[in-house]
Amino acid sequence: MMAVVAVVIALQGNLFAVVILGSVYSFLMATALVALDAVDVAMTEAAVGAGISTVLLLGALYLVRGEEQKARSRPWIPLVVSVAMAGTLVFGTFGLREFSDPTAPIHTHVAPRYINDAARETGVPNIVTAVLASYRGYDTLGETTVVFTAGAGVIALLRRRRRPEADGDRR
Amino acid sequence: MTFLGHFSYWITMFLLAAGLYIVIARGHLVKKLIGLSIFQTSVYLLYIAPGKLIGGTAPIVDDRYTVYSNPLPHVLILTAIVVGIATLALGLALVVRIREAYGTAEEDEILDRDEAAAREDAAT
Amino acid sequence: MRQYLVLRVVAKIMIPFMLLFALYVQFHGDFGPGGGFQAGVIIAAAIIFYAIVFGLPTARRVVPDRLVETCLAAGVLIYAGVGFVGIFLGGNFLDYFVLDHDPVHGQHRGIFWVEVGVCVTVAGVMLKIFYMFAARRRDGGDE
Repeated sequence: MMAVVAVVIALQGNLFAVVILGSVYSFLMATALVALDAVDVAMTEAAVGAGISTVLLLGALYLVRGEEQKARSRPWIPLVVSVAMAGTLVFGTFGLREFSDPTAPIHTHVAPRYINDAARETGVPNIVTAVLASYRGYDTLGETTVVFTAGAGVIALLRRRRRPEADGDRR
Repeated sequence: MTFLGHFSYWITMFLLAAGLYIVIARGHLVKKLIGLSIFQTSVYLLYIAPGKLIGGTAPIVDDRYTVYSNPLPHVLILTAIVVGIATLALGLALVVRIREAYGTAEEDEILDRDEAAAREDAAT
Repeated sequence: MRQYLVLRVVAKIMIPFMLLFALYVQFHGDFGPGGGFQAGVIIAAAIIFYAIVFGLPTARRVVPDRLVETCLAAGVLIYAGVGFVGIFLGGNFLDYFVLDHDPVHGQHRGIFWVEVGVCVTVAGVMLKIFYMFAARRRDGGDE
């Protein structure tokens, strides 16, 4: 279903419909994530992808305005490039483990230590929160800084000077 | 290697290719950004799908369960989602400013206007 | 939107519950899915909902710009502050087990404050970005 939505987004010209379809896509992704036992990630994806992202896109669409225009040249080269890339990656996935294989390296390297020791060492049953805030807390500090930088960047880009002089500078 | 065993990867690759196609082939800047977010979302799937164990449960420790799905990809993707929306917000702010500067948000028209301006600069 | 009575009443009922749910997600993040990011985004969504239904100037009066900008920076500072407190108390940067005489309780405290910092920054950033987008007029002016 997500594939269908992605294809329709690619083909649809009305941008408002595209934004709403993007929100639908995010909800479907959140559902898929719950099915994959990633409850924290699903909640974040639903809130961020379907909520904030849609709001921002609608706001930007109001300011930007307009339909999408017809492409000037037939998009054969991008199609070929995308398909070639997908083909190469699919060829690469043949070497990966099967779905839900308990002996895959992802399950045997560091994860058992987190699963076995996190509740005991941190006193927090939610292993994802424990890893995010305690074992890998430095990364989360970096991520919070990234969010702050994004906010500062948007402020810098969209701020208007309220100077009453008539200088033609539109910064 | 069965079909079902690798289906999750293949759907990820399809979404990835779709997102990439939208980014390179479509002209409107906002649509490009949506394609980029589709691309990013497919990468989340790529990371989380191998972490799932059938018969396991969400990685929240409880006495009733013994098998948990891998929590490590969840942590990485949580960060990735938030960084993704930060990128989207900044990208949209840039698109708004480009629209104000050029009067359009279509990539072809922007390139035309740049070429025309360059030709004028070269002529004067 | 102010004229639609149903929307106003429903919004007035829903927004406190949304904020309460955000607090629940924040503090219950230790025991169930949730944590700082989700709570911050839900808080921002609640206030955006208020702004959409009741108008941007009203929302700006209730949650002023200075407060939002302060929250933006304060969250990161809280997070870094927890790290530095770890140094002052004898451990390394972002060590939690020195925060209390019982290391597990120290972890609890550290995780709590860190998640609060994350929630505050994320809520502030999302709300500020919405304010900036919503206040801009189409010709580039500012309301």
